[in-house]
Amino acid sequence: MKQNTNAAKQYWHRNLQIIFSYLIIWFVVSFGCGIIFVDELNQFNLFGFKLGYWFANQGSVFVFSVLTIAYAVRMNRLDNEFDVNE
Amino acid sequence: MSLEQLTYVFVVGSFFIYIAIAFWSRASSTREFYVAGGGVTPLANGMATAADWMSAASFISLAGIVSFAGYDASGYIMGWTGGYVLLALLLAPYLRKFGKFTVPDFVGDRYYSSVARVVAVICVMFISFTYISGQMRGTGIVFSRFLQVEIDTGIMIGMAVVFVYAVLGGMKGITYTQVAQYCVMIFAFTVPALFLTFSMTGHLLPQTGLGATLNNGLPVLDHLDDLVTELGFASFTEGSKSKVDMFFITAALMFGTAGLPHVIVRFFTVPRVRDARISAAWALVFIAILYSSIPAVAAFGRINLIETVNGADNLGTQYEEMPQWFKKWENAGLIAWYDHNADGRTQYAAGDAFTGQQHKPIYWGAAENNVARNFYFNQRHVINPSNGEFDPKVQPFANEIYVDPDIMVLANPEIAELPNWVIALIAAGAMAAALSTAAGLLLVIATSVSHDLLKKTIRPQITDGQELLSARLAAMVAVLIAGYLGMHPPDYVAAVVALAFGLACASFFPAIIMGIFYQRMNKYGAISGMLVGLISTIGYIVYFKFMGGDPEDWLFGISPEGFGALGMMLNFIVAYIVAHLTPEPPKHIQKIVQDMRVPRNTGSAYY
Repeated sequence: MKQNTNAAKQYWHRNLQIIFSYLIIWFVVSFGCGIIFVDELNQFNLFGFKLGYWFANQGSVFVFSVLTIAYAVRMNRLDNEFDVNE
Repeated sequence: MSLEQLTYVFVVGSFFIYIAIAFWSRASSTREFYVAGGGVTPLANGMATAADWMSAASFISLAGIVSFAGYDASGYIMGWTGGYVLLALLLAPYLRKFGKFTVPDFVGDRYYSSVARVVAVICVMFISFTYISGQMRGTGIVFSRFLQVEIDTGIMIGMAVVFVYAVLGGMKGITYTQVAQYCVMIFAFTVPALFLTFSMTGHLLPQTGLGATLNNGLPVLDHLDDLVTELGFASFTEGSKSKVDMFFITAALMFGTAGLPHVIVRFFTVPRVRDARISAAWALVFIAILYSSIPAVAAFGRINLIETVNGADNLGTQYEEMPQWFKKWENAGLIAWYDHNADGRTQYAAGDAFTGQQHKPIYWGAAENNVARNFYFNQRHVINPSNGEFDPKVQPFANEIYVDPDIMVLANPEIAELPNWVIALIAAGAMAAALSTAAGLLLVIATSVSHDLLKKTIRPQITDGQELLSARLAAMVAVLIAGYLGMHPPDYVAAVVALAFGLACASFFPAIIMGIFYQRMNKYGAISGMLVGLISTIGYIVYFKFMGGDPEDWLFGISPEGFGALGMMLNFIVAYIVAHLTPEPPKHIQKIVQDMRVPRNTGSAYY
């Protein structure tokens, strides 16, 4: 029982680490590249787009999609690892 | 077949499909009515969520807003997609594990308090009715534009269709109609976008076409920037809002999206936690297909508009040479021309061609009335032209054109000279977008009345059958109210929508997040946090939007649209402090929180 609680704690801790690292990416591509540093990035050109504009209008959307898929896959692995899968 | 006949076939045909699906999958228990029996596959739920989320505004209006606001509108694109990252990572899996029927259900049970539940029900009602009135209006507008039916008649037809399939089918019926509606919607949006991209750039995909190089050697966006700045507009790819304001608006839309009750409940319908995670990902992918092509549609539409109106020589086009779509939508009241310099040519530049509060044209007489047209050029008479002044240092001529932003999607197939069936498809797509969102909202309203107010608060002894009946009755009443609101829309629709997002962001999002991630959070903290978030956000928006507050006085330069994000922070802070001054939550609640964090043993939604 004791071990169970420990495993649950560890599982939760790992989950939080994963969430946190994914949310950093989420923040950087949208608020970071799309808003805070947009002017600096706009000096660079990516296939006909100003880079900052591209992040704000397309890049962030693509990264968001990849993030959610990656999270689902990663968590399935973690569930198996800790034997809490359904 | 004529365009009108084709449109009728598409629209009425799609209605029959929706009703048939609802009949085939009608709900026979509250579990089916509330959460579709909890057996929806992740892929189907992803599509249904996408249709649920993408409203008439996303389908018809967003491309137009981006078209005219450029970079400044990117907060909508980032906000309305980025919210799904939060849903997938922070909300959907845990709420699914918690296994309830509604959002107030979660708030009420997690915070062991019927006060919290009732506060949540009030928020749900407010957010959902605000939203649904816009959807009903949207169906009416689509009817009036494509089928020459009065807006109010269109709303009544929309009400009847939603009524049949939402009341009969419940969540089960809605889920499968939304899957069909997503298919109609995405096809209708993408086909014209692909054709438009191909005809302008030779690229197949709008996403890459926006970066293409045009025949004149310039990339699309550089060309557009040159065009608009020469006409006195702000640059398309650079913003005019302050960074702080952009940041807060984007945040409010993002966290607000994650806190919208009709989106959250969709994740109660899948069988397992892992399904909730992956279906959130599917939903985002399906939404991204539409959202990532919006900037391209917007940019191409703006270029087309400028080049059509101002002509190859950039001096204007003779009105009689204007294409058919321009005159068609002028007749529909979405375009107007006033010849300020009396040269018989249409000219489009910065500035307002018409006066009045919203600078919209006021036509003199109906479109069919030949007397109500200009004697020389035969355009419609408009009675509120501006004085036509302009600064010759900034732009070559005064603006003579009014264009409703919705044109960018509605007229797309005609601008790209696509066949009639594509135009008919746009009508069916717009209708699908409005109906799917309306149905989702309707269900949320009905559930919070029958389940949270009636079953959980007022009369716990009612049977499942009685609860199901009351859910259907509540849905009926809600349809009627929504229809009434659609026919008599509040004056400040945009401001009210800002309020809905602000409230979702400042009330639900923090309450749910703390309920999952902060075991120590108790009812006192959660309730006081929600109230502070609610009251501060309502107060700020009402003061600056309805009571004539001066934008000079905005707190830290944050506009009312972005204040929800600040309200959310206040909510977190107040909740944290209050929770620490009051006793911790009871042991069995803390046990529930721990249980929620582990996927195994996902029960079906229980009472």
